[in-house]
Amino acid sequence: MTYTAQFRVWRGDAGSGELQDFKVEVNEGEVVLDVLHRLQATQTPDLAVRWNCKAGKCGSCSMEINGRPRLACMTRMNLFAEDEVITVTPLRTFPVIRDLVTDVSFNYEKARQIPSFTPDPKIKPGELRMQQEDVQRSQEFRKCIECYLCQNTCHVIRDHEENETNFAGPRFLMRIAELEMHPADEADRREIAQEDFGLGFCNITKCCTEVCPEHIKITDNALIPLKERVVGRRYDPLVWLGRTITRRKAGKDTPKVPNTTP
Amino acid sequence: MTDIQRYQYDVVVIGAGGSGLRAAVEARLQGKKTAIISKSLFGKAHTVMAEGGAAASMGNVNPHDNWQVHFRDTLRGGKFMNNPRMAELHAKESPDRIYELEMWGALFDRTKEGKISQRNFGGHEYPRLAHVGDRTGLELIRTMQQKIVALQQEDAEELGDPEARIKVFAETTITELLKDGDRISGAFGYVRDTGEFLLFEAPAVVLATGGIGKSFKVTSNSWEYTGDGHAMALRAGATLLNMEFVQFHPTGMVWPPSVKGILVTESVRGDGGVLRNSEGKRFMFDYVPDVFRAQYAETEEEADGWYDDPDNNRRPPELLPRDEVARSINSEVKAGRGSPHGGVFLDVSTRMPAETILRRLPSMHHQFKELADVDITKEPMEVGPTCHYVMGGVEVDPDTGASLVPGLFAAGEVSGGMHGSNRLGGNSLSDLLVFGRRAGEGAAAYVDGLGESRPAVDEKQVEQATADALTPLEREDGENPYDLHSELQQTLNDLVGIIRKADEMEEALNRLEKLKERAGNLAAAGGRAYNPGWHLALDLRNMLLVGECVAQAALTREESRGGHTRDDYPDMSADWRKINLICHYDGEHVGLKRQPIDPVATELLELFEKSELKKYMTDEELTGLAAADAKEEDK
Repeated sequence: MTYTAQFRVWRGDAGSGELQDFKVEVNEGEVVLDVLHRLQATQTPDLAVRWNCKAGKCGSCSMEINGRPRLACMTRMNLFAEDEVITVTPLRTFPVIRDLVTDVSFNYEKARQIPSFTPDPKIKPGELRMQQEDVQRSQEFRKCIECYLCQNTCHVIRDHEENETNFAGPRFLMRIAELEMHPADEADRREIAQEDFGLGFCNITKCCTEVCPEHIKITDNALIPLKERVVGRRYDPLVWLGRTITRRKAGKDTPKVPNTTP
Repeated sequence: MTDIQRYQYDVVVIGAGGSGLRAAVEARLQGKKTAIISKSLFGKAHTVMAEGGAAASMGNVNPHDNWQVHFRDTLRGGKFMNNPRMAELHAKESPDRIYELEMWGALFDRTKEGKISQRNFGGHEYPRLAHVGDRTGLELIRTMQQKIVALQQEDAEELGDPEARIKVFAETTITELLKDGDRISGAFGYVRDTGEFLLFEAPAVVLATGGIGKSFKVTSNSWEYTGDGHAMALRAGATLLNMEFVQFHPTGMVWPPSVKGILVTESVRGDGGVLRNSEGKRFMFDYVPDVFRAQYAETEEEADGWYDDPDNNRRPPELLPRDEVARSINSEVKAGRGSPHGGVFLDVSTRMPAETILRRLPSMHHQFKELADVDITKEPMEVGPTCHYVMGGVEVDPDTGASLVPGLFAAGEVSGGMHGSNRLGGNSLSDLLVFGRRAGEGAAAYVDGLGESRPAVDEKQVEQATADALTPLEREDGENPYDLHSELQQTLNDLVGIIRKADEMEEALNRLEKLKERAGNLAAAGGRAYNPGWHLALDLRNMLLVGECVAQAALTREESRGGHTRDDYPDMSADWRKINLICHYDGEHVGLKRQPIDPVATELLELFEKSELKKYMTDEELTGLAAADAKEEDK
């Protein structure tokens, strides 16, 4: 049951770094995070690893394991052959702080630019009535644990740093979709989804969906429907009429929140 | 001398879980410049792991529910040692706090009428837990995180700077509180990324640091739960209440070893899951204690009937309060009727269709599938007790969260009193909201009351805090923090765990004394940037101090009650019920004093029948309860 595994772990900081080789004990049922903890306790006490719940619920221990973006706490060691070299590297899209820890502040900046939940100001607490089938769509997106594996994987920013200013990434386009589908929300973020948050960059390759540890169907249930809504908003001649009769404020696109871009 | 980044705030909230975020929102709404100190990234705090729901007597599923019934359940769960004023405020205000979250964008599961749905849970008479599947904590924290972002957006628009009045300091740890005379003057800490120090000059600090579970080996708690707030409060001169009461959640995973302790939500039982031993017997029927006999079913038929017809059937014994279920599982395993890996079986697979399990318990299905190769729609889970929650904590004023130190407030798990000797499931998330808000409000009012006379930071204290923080890094050769941590966890787990004995606790105190000496010689290799060995060395000081409080209080309380079970004193004592054990600290040793418990107001006592109160209270406490007497004669 117990064996010695070969780990190659990236160590370094923003300036430079390298892969280092370790031989480390593995026991039955363990996950990659267990093995990294054992490295800390026995060989490299200052190995930087971000983690928190170790139960797949907080989304802290995102890293790349044999090149694949994963949560270290949910990656079982029995996924790998005992003689396989396991290479662990930091998320590639974000700047390294130290070892396996990256600077994910990009994501918090994007979150702040999206207009927040906007209910009808006349509704008082306790008065909301919503059907389960109506809240379910947004509930799926609220399962997101903000591990940013989708952000890390999306080639729009993974391979093109220059897109970062104009593209919010799957997690935050999904946040826009969540708010747009929230039965009690009154804002209209369709215009800014396209113009400010770069929905058009997404060419639905579904890489984000593939790496989502919560198995949220980001592309099918959030991004594609959001694209459809944007198209409806822009080219449908009925939109003009629709705007005058729906509860949404007539013709008012909600702007991106000012003074939130660093 | 090391550079220190200095900040000025009105209110500094230490902790970014449910209670911290709610306190910060309130302080900011009251116009105070507020800092939130988050030990992890923003939105990752331990609250995300709360699964079942938030208890609030909205009465959406059963209209008989109201705050009085919730209050009564809470006191029963806490074995009548709850601070009665806290339990009352909590029961009265929880529904408003839930509805408020909905206005901030939370999406709870719904009833057919479109209201917030509520589920059954241990110790709650009616379906009472507002929930989102089995990820309610995530919904709470995300909603409050997004509310804080919304407040920052207001400030961006009005003042041109989103962080003008509320700012989150992510991956930042406070190591020491600072004082000017007897008042709080600020807080000192470090930034994880860089290891740089920062100093907050602030007249009010709200502790919202959560619990102490990482001092125990088998725990459902995350790495942050190192008792920082408990220990800092003690060092600052505040007191801790009833630290012997530690909740062992009955159902943690037991296999494989690397996931031992990870929580299996009580919703599994609330939704119909049952506990069986190796003989296939639903053993909980054998463990209904006398004080709960009247409220729990005696046959499987009656218990099963309760889910659909709760008015004509009594509750299944699987839904007894957590302390009872945890002890029962412990006894079954000790009697040799455990599961292969030293737990018992928790089964939903024979109780409901796979589709229902997947809808109602998606995270549990996912967790067992991924981590244990168990499909809970086809086979039972193996579960056993895991250290989950500390009922003890900072002694606070119920209405404002103020500790005995002016300017120091506490809310959530780090505060004591609300849950008595045992917390009911679901009462934690509502506790965070109710008392987080109150502590934020209390801190803001305190700052208003200061006027111009703000306390000043004493530079000597800053120098001392800096030196203390740097010591483990500067020491060349010394104790390995990881080894020390592991020994501490083993000690508390084995000797001050779910079942306690005097000689074992004395042994624990001896070992803690030796660990403390060794902790004076901790060495952390490496530099200051994101160095987990160094961080652990600093956390250990807090864990050791809190461990000593738990062991001392547990050794002193000679009775068994809630989250404190003594093998040598197996019974509950009405005389001990009247005593709160208070920990204080003189800089070297933890001291204990006995303090009378706050009495329950007569009109609230009258919510109970006298025959029930007699099981908990002395005769003299019950004289003059005329209404209760009359109620009993009516029967």
